[in-house]
Amino acid sequence: MLDPTVPPGGLKAALDGVRPLLPLELRRLTYAASGKRVIDRLDLTVEERGITAIMGPNGAGKSVLLRLMHGLIAPTSGEILWAGKRMDRELARRQAMVFQKPVLLRRSAAGNIWHALGLRGIDRGERAIRVDGALKLAGLERLASMPARVLSGGEQQRLCLARALSLEPDVLFLDEPTASLDPASTLAIEGLLIAAQHRGIKVVVVTHDVGQARRLAQDVVFLHHGRVTEHEEAKSFFASPHSEPARAFLAGGLVL
Amino acid sequence: MTGFIDAFHTALRLIATLDPQLIEIVLLSLQVSLLAVVAASLIGFALGGALAVYRFPGRGMVTAVLSALMGLPPVVAGLIVYLLLSNAGPLGVLQLLYTPTAMIVAQVILVTPIIAALTRQACEDLLEEYDEQLRSLGASSSAIIGTLLWDGRYRLITAVLAGFGRAIAEVGAVMIVGGNIDHVTRTMTTAIALETSKGNIALALALGIVLLVIAFAVNAALMGVRRFAVRLAYA
Repeated sequence: MLDPTVPPGGLKAALDGVRPLLPLELRRLTYAASGKRVIDRLDLTVEERGITAIMGPNGAGKSVLLRLMHGLIAPTSGEILWAGKRMDRELARRQAMVFQKPVLLRRSAAGNIWHALGLRGIDRGERAIRVDGALKLAGLERLASMPARVLSGGEQQRLCLARALSLEPDVLFLDEPTASLDPASTLAIEGLLIAAQHRGIKVVVVTHDVGQARRLAQDVVFLHHGRVTEHEEAKSFFASPHSEPARAFLAGGLVL
Repeated sequence: MTGFIDAFHTALRLIATLDPQLIEIVLLSLQVSLLAVVAASLIGFALGGALAVYRFPGRGMVTAVLSALMGLPPVVAGLIVYLLLSNAGPLGVLQLLYTPTAMIVAQVILVTPIIAALTRQACEDLLEEYDEQLRSLGASSSAIIGTLLWDGRYRLITAVLAGFGRAIAEVGAVMIVGGNIDHVTRTMTTAIALETSKGNIALALALGIVLLVIAFAVNAALMGVRRFAVRLAYA
């Protein structure tokens, strides 16, 4: 099961000597929109290590679940606990998110990262260092002064990921980050995620690309009709999924 | 017909020789309208940005009133400022009636709704796209407003130009609160009205040509800004 050498609260948090963020516990979490329960009394514990993939058919509630975890929307009922605590500003500052469609400001590539670091209150000297570091990490340093919105789709998403990583989050959420990207860009994004995980960053990624989940995830959460039908180690999930919807999904069937 | 051609020639000569009377009027007009637009921009940006970001009861109402005020007739703006500044009015002690300051105030009232409404629209469009990302980054409301104003900069420039176009061309407000006093509050538009009725077509025509050129220049600037913004994918 879990690596016993990883201290509770997440590796990066432990290294940074701050209060733990993980595990993330969701208890009877419900989110209803116009009378329909998109997330329906969901229970889930996200452990501190590795990359967690959230999978499931369209409309299962994957994106909504991610937004609930990150605090972008408030649950209708139920609880979200970070190492036993409710979300507050300080915990929110230690998270970052990358959206399916890259959201970039009307500024240069470097300007986008600079702006994000500014919002987190990081001083100018440190900001300049981190902007350079993040661009280099994502292989975008040559495009630093380009208007962000004329970059290609793959470059834009790499920039979004670079911006998120420049914040040095403990937890990184991604909502189908490679859904509309070519294989080379997908590979680049996945490489950055694996590297981030090795630096102790907890990664939670929504994907319905089975291949991507196989390549990245240590554990898989399978979502169907707003509920977790299974949460397994990736190996055993892909070898022998227990729930009927997950079996059908992996077999390439249409899951309703 | 010869009368008109003569007047046209005289008008062109007035412009070509930089006639002092003409220049004085043009400069005063520019000064009044530019200052009014600067003040209206500061108010309009803040108001428009705040309306786009903050949610409060009556927000829809404020937005609707602002949109309606975009079409405020200049004479009505002039009348309001006249009532405020006249000796019997609440601000009569300031003795501002028939001064350039009064004209600036009247034009600020005319132009602010235009800039505020266009700013709000620009910021709201951007916010729809940026909202989740900015909240994910932990931006405060004021930081969000700052981000939207900067990212909407090209649309704000066009809003300012639109406001300037309205200010420089209006006649009703400056006529009522300025009084069209020679060497003091005579602007291009009020001078054109007066000189035409006096039969001094040449000066009126010269001022009209200058006004047209300014209008064309503002329009060219608008198109240039738009094209530049589109090229950078900033539109």
